[in-house]
Amino acid sequence: MKALTEMNPRLRAWLGFGLGALVLFAAAPALLSDFRLSLLAKYLCFAIVAVGIGLAWGRGGLLTLGQGVFFGLGGYAMAMHLKLADAGPGNMPDFMELYGQLDELPAWWAPFANPAFALAATVLLPMLVAFGLGTLVFRRRVRGAYFAILSQALAAAMVILLIGQQGTTGGTNGLTDIDGFFGYDLDDPVNQRMVYFIIAAVLLGLLALTRQLMRSRYGELLVAVRDSEERVRFLGYNPANVKLVAYVVAAGMAGLAGALFVPAVGIISPALIGIVPSIEFVIGVAVGGRAALLGPVLGAVAVAWAKTALSERFPGTWTYLQGAMFVLVVAFLPGGLASLWGMVRRRRETPPAPAPVTGDQALIKEVAV
Amino acid sequence: MTVILGQLFTGVSIGAVLLLIALGLALTFGQMNVINMAHGEFIMAGAYTTYVLQQTITDAGVSLLVAIPIAFAVAGAMGVLLEWALIRRLYTRPLDTLLVTWGVSLMLQQLARDIFGAPNVQTKAPDILTESTSLGGDVSIANSRLFILGLVVLAVVALTAALKLTPLGRRIRAVVQNRDLAAVSGIPTGSVDRLTFFIGSGLAGVAGVALTLLGPIGPTMGTNIIIDAFLVVVVGGIGQLKGSVIVAFTLGMLQAMVEYLTTLSVAKVIVFVAIVAFLQWRPQGLFTLRTRSLA
Repeated sequence: MKALTEMNPRLRAWLGFGLGALVLFAAAPALLSDFRLSLLAKYLCFAIVAVGIGLAWGRGGLLTLGQGVFFGLGGYAMAMHLKLADAGPGNMPDFMELYGQLDELPAWWAPFANPAFALAATVLLPMLVAFGLGTLVFRRRVRGAYFAILSQALAAAMVILLIGQQGTTGGTNGLTDIDGFFGYDLDDPVNQRMVYFIIAAVLLGLLALTRQLMRSRYGELLVAVRDSEERVRFLGYNPANVKLVAYVVAAGMAGLAGALFVPAVGIISPALIGIVPSIEFVIGVAVGGRAALLGPVLGAVAVAWAKTALSERFPGTWTYLQGAMFVLVVAFLPGGLASLWGMVRRRRETPPAPAPVTGDQALIKEVAV
Repeated sequence: MTVILGQLFTGVSIGAVLLLIALGLALTFGQMNVINMAHGEFIMAGAYTTYVLQQTITDAGVSLLVAIPIAFAVAGAMGVLLEWALIRRLYTRPLDTLLVTWGVSLMLQQLARDIFGAPNVQTKAPDILTESTSLGGDVSIANSRLFILGLVVLAVVALTAALKLTPLGRRIRAVVQNRDLAAVSGIPTGSVDRLTFFIGSGLAGVAGVALTLLGPIGPTMGTNIIIDAFLVVVVGGIGQLKGSVIVAFTLGMLQAMVEYLTTLSVAKVIVFVAIVAFLQWRPQGLFTLRTRSLA
């Protein structure tokens, strides 16, 4: 164990990456049934969102309670394309025919028939929205709790809009019954497996990207902005831009996750992206450890798994447990489970080595609004 | 003309409900800078208090009037308990307070489900409040809305008087303006915090009583309205009540007007955009306390 902690960080990263790939690509498909594997695919989508939240919130101090909006934008963009592809060229998606309010496809649906446009939109659309809101909000130094509330209000507004425009968005039902995925039949277990592999690969890729980002000069700057925005400003940087990058990257990840969620689960609906799911994304990150790289991923998967395992049999108990998790972890273990590892290690070493300033310690001194 | 007048009254009554909910937040969030997501569940507690009272006192009018002070006490007590158990440990970490109180609100919702059942329940409004008052011509306004408007005016006046005239109010303002200086001047900031929280949460209970007149009572009734109320306080500016008062009615009017011209769902989005645009102009809200801290 000691050898592990003293290992060259680059070697350790490669080892961890290899181990993750081994688990995701070899162990999980071999050990899990098709049903379990498709559940894991869903959890990994949440994990991708969590990586982004870990960057924005854990490293940047931006508590974004509206990641569901970006998840939803990505999901709807993908689902719109798949619905159009299912319907075939020139036809309207089934639900539009069903409601019968429209004579022809709405103009803003039409470009999504193009797969390249739809795929680009799943990432760029959320990033664009995040850029717009982030520019306006950060530039005017609206921050902390104010930002959190605004991001939550965005989620509320988005859901109300989607439900209100039932004729073109499917309303409360959302976009359902998605059968095909770029020509592959999603009912076929082999293709479901392929979707799982795509999701796992995207997750690993984004983890590598995020690790590079966290270790770069930008990553240091982001933590500095979180811990003392004024000082960073006095040093000549513009904290608004630093925060904007983290927010936009997190939004792009959430969009991609939403896009992958659609073929994995076959539905996207307002209930999956509203206020409550948005805040559920955050709880996984908090449990796992917001400032760590892997903490959010493991936390998100664990919480989503616990939800599936418990909520079906004991829905009431699960709600209590979820509430208790929020209270206990955030109030008494702000570094999440990832910080337990550090605590154990520090206790074992005597005398304690001067620990490098990590996010966990700085988190405790998180400064107000 | 009558249409405009009618929408104006709709706007005022939306604003009144918004303000009643936001008033408690103006104290806990505005004065103490605590983001209490369980505020919505205190509203729910107030509403269920009304429901329970109506089971014992069958006269709807009497039970409604009795419910107001009792709901205030019930919700206030819950608020004090929350402040004592959790929030006071988190004063330096406002974002974490938000998440912790969200967890509390989840548990309270489930508790309500376990006690009262998941389906919504309904209270009976006194006869006089189910009628409408004509305002001349075709315009009429529901008495329940008038009652809520009256309640809001009463609450704002009482709260303003309490903050401006009483010794407690003076202490609250002192702690808000400069906590350290208040502490060294001999003000027990801890108990002032608790009292402020009691009043703020109690006001949520009163809002809950009022909401029973407008719709059904359910475990999740607090979740959705709370965000609008938070926005009112954000836009109004923290530290002062008048900002919240002005913003609540302005947002209510805006909502009513845009809703009339478009649809409810579009109105929500436009109001959100308007709020972000407004914060460009005044990022700290309509009114702010002048302080020497870095903004």
